[in-house]
Amino acid sequence: MQRHLISAADLTRDDAVLILDTAEEMARVADRPIKKLPTLRGRTVVNLFFEDSTRTRISFEAAEKRLSADVINFTAKGSSVSKGESLKDTAQTLEAMGVDAVVIRHGASGAPYRLATSGWIDAAVINAGDGTHQHPTQALLDAFTMRRRLVGRDAGLGQDLAGKRITLVGDILHSRVARSNVDLLHTLGAEVTLVAPPTLVPVGVESWPCEVSYDLDRTLSKSDAVMLLRVQRERMNAAFFPTEREYSRRYGLDGDRMAKMPEHAIVMHPGPMVRGMEITAEVADSERCTAIEQVTNGVSIRMAVLYLLLGGNEPAATHPRTEEK
Amino acid sequence: MSKILIRGAKVLGGEPQDVLIDGDTIAEVGSGLSAEGAEVVEADGKVLLPGLVDLHTHLREPGREDSETVLTGTRAAASGGYTAVFAMANTFPVADTAGVVEQVYRLGQEHGYCDVQPIGAVTVGLEGKKLAELGAMHESAAGVTVFSDDGKCVDDAVIMRRALEYVKAFGGVVAQHAQEPRLTEGAQMNEGVVSAELGLGGWPAVAEESIIARDVLLAEHVGSRVHICHLSTAGSVEIVRWAKSRGIDVTAEVTPHHLLLTDELVRSYNPVYKVNPPLRTERDVLALREALADGTIDIVATDHAPHPHEDKDCEWAAAAMGMVGLETALSVVQRTMVETGLLDWAGVADRMSLKPAAIGGAKGHGRPVSAGEPANLTLVDTAYRGEVDPAGFASRSRNTPYEGRELPGRVTHTWLRGRATLVDGKLA
Ligand SMILES: [Zn+2]
Repeated sequence: MQRHLISAADLTRDDAVLILDTAEEMARVADRPIKKLPTLRGRTVVNLFFEDSTRTRISFEAAEKRLSADVINFTAKGSSVSKGESLKDTAQTLEAMGVDAVVIRHGASGAPYRLATSGWIDAAVINAGDGTHQHPTQALLDAFTMRRRLVGRDAGLGQDLAGKRITLVGDILHSRVARSNVDLLHTLGAEVTLVAPPTLVPVGVESWPCEVSYDLDRTLSKSDAVMLLRVQRERMNAAFFPTEREYSRRYGLDGDRMAKMPEHAIVMHPGPMVRGMEITAEVADSERCTAIEQVTNGVSIRMAVLYLLLGGNEPAATHPRTEEK
Repeated sequence: MSKILIRGAKVLGGEPQDVLIDGDTIAEVGSGLSAEGAEVVEADGKVLLPGLVDLHTHLREPGREDSETVLTGTRAAASGGYTAVFAMANTFPVADTAGVVEQVYRLGQEHGYCDVQPIGAVTVGLEGKKLAELGAMHESAAGVTVFSDDGKCVDDAVIMRRALEYVKAFGGVVAQHAQEPRLTEGAQMNEGVVSAELGLGGWPAVAEESIIARDVLLAEHVGSRVHICHLSTAGSVEIVRWAKSRGIDVTAEVTPHHLLLTDELVRSYNPVYKVNPPLRTERDVLALREALADGTIDIVATDHAPHPHEDKDCEWAAAAMGMVGLETALSVVQRTMVETGLLDWAGVADRMSLKPAAIGGAKGHGRPVSAGEPANLTLVDTAYRGEVDPAGFASRSRNTPYEGRELPGRVTHTWLRGRATLVDGKLA
């Protein structure tokens, strides 16, 4: 494992499988009456959020607290940052307070990379989403969810996603989730297909390790998982597509389309969902939709990442896997 | 009258000769010239070029003296071998009146390191709406002949057409920063494989090419000449080549950084590589070199764009666009054009002195190295190899993409009308 987690592309197959396996151990902790591990006692983690994202921040915070870390939440809104203080100054100020890890969410692509590589700070940097670049813990929790559902909770241990056919649908162009997922799923051996109107596929996509299709209906029957990405309504004002209705007619997942998927196939969504746009309520609330599980799994994955980056020399839990046996 | 004998200089890279300067003029060029009464500079096989001329410099004064002033910028120019620079109009206030251009012109004359020829804005406040008083700027003491809204594109086709027509009355030229604004909203880097991966807003080649195509057609229609700033794509080269073959009066420049660097460098997210137009691909770089060699691109211009440290010591999206270039331009041209065999030193003199002086009408600059010509000269130690160290820059800013990179060649002497502005690599 590297010292930072900036991009899903930086993870090797073995790194990724180790994180997924560690997350399974963490998930077992969550099933216990006392959901806390002492692993990061005395370590301080700051959640440095320059962009609003309550979901992601709460997920990291829960993970940090379950590992007994001291947590500082720093939100840029209403702070010195909005008065023009730079990323560098903010990070250095926080580090001067004795921070061991920085979990950063930033609207600018590359901000976490800059933070980790510019010599501004020494702390470990975990990317919690940067611009339209990467969101590696999201990709990891998605892979974790797929492995559980498509391979099995126990059968999946030590395994990757070889041969699984994963379809991502929606605003690929503006999606850090899509970029992270393509990188990680490829590393894990899955076959990825992106489906979107051509306006929402980036120029240069031909270098990505995946297929691109403009036709959702033709890919559904060949998908083990279909992941829907949020499509912001404002995009139609910039002529990415004509109307919300046309978008959902061509690229939204409704009950009829879901019926074309293989029986075992799952529907995924990183949230927040725009019901009626990329997904109908019927699909969102169905058994096959893993959106809520993904939220739960997010905490386990973030625990695993924090544990491996900060406390990796000590055993994760008290070997919960052997305990159970 | 002071005399200087430059002994054993390879004039334009040719056989070693002696060059005698008398006062502000080259008195004699030949072999075994008498050193009597003259200070002797042993050139020792260095290459002697006419003083370089930069058609595209940002001196930042007035308004952004924290990044550069006319004094520091012209000292940087002298260090890089330049004897004349054209100062872009995007200052604060904008150089869109006779008053501002005269101020910049006089500062250059006072400091004496390098002639400063102000460029006037095409439109008031660079806003692209209303023509600035182009005639008044031309008639001012600054004698402006080059007009540009550089930093912004004159995107309104009617305003561009009128500007092209209007400056014909006094032999002016409009220098276009070709960037279709709607196609580049939120643009952060070249649009392509790298931008797709990095999730940075794309600046597509077509945003440059479509404006160049429009403007060469406009220039043809109204019978004007047009100059294209910092041409950066292989497609732009094709359009300019086509326009020239049709007899359209178009000239074009390329920056040193577009001759050497590619968008692969952006993977570092280091804003020192953030520039407008953006670094392009290897294919573009090779097309630009070839076009500079075959004359499709007429000149090298630096687009020297100083920025204070804090404007680059931040995340990519928040960083300013631009690179300093005056002090490294000749070295980059040596690396990309001379060492590759694409240009000889006479060709370098043509692209970096003669042609830019001709396009901008810089009197006394870009002249042959021969008796009777003004003594604007640059002596280059082409055998030198060294790493670029921005700490040694004369510029007030350090935003160079070449820090730590080994580049060939070093300017040791610069003479402006017979007066040394740079001696043994040190400013005089
Ligand atoms: Zn420009």
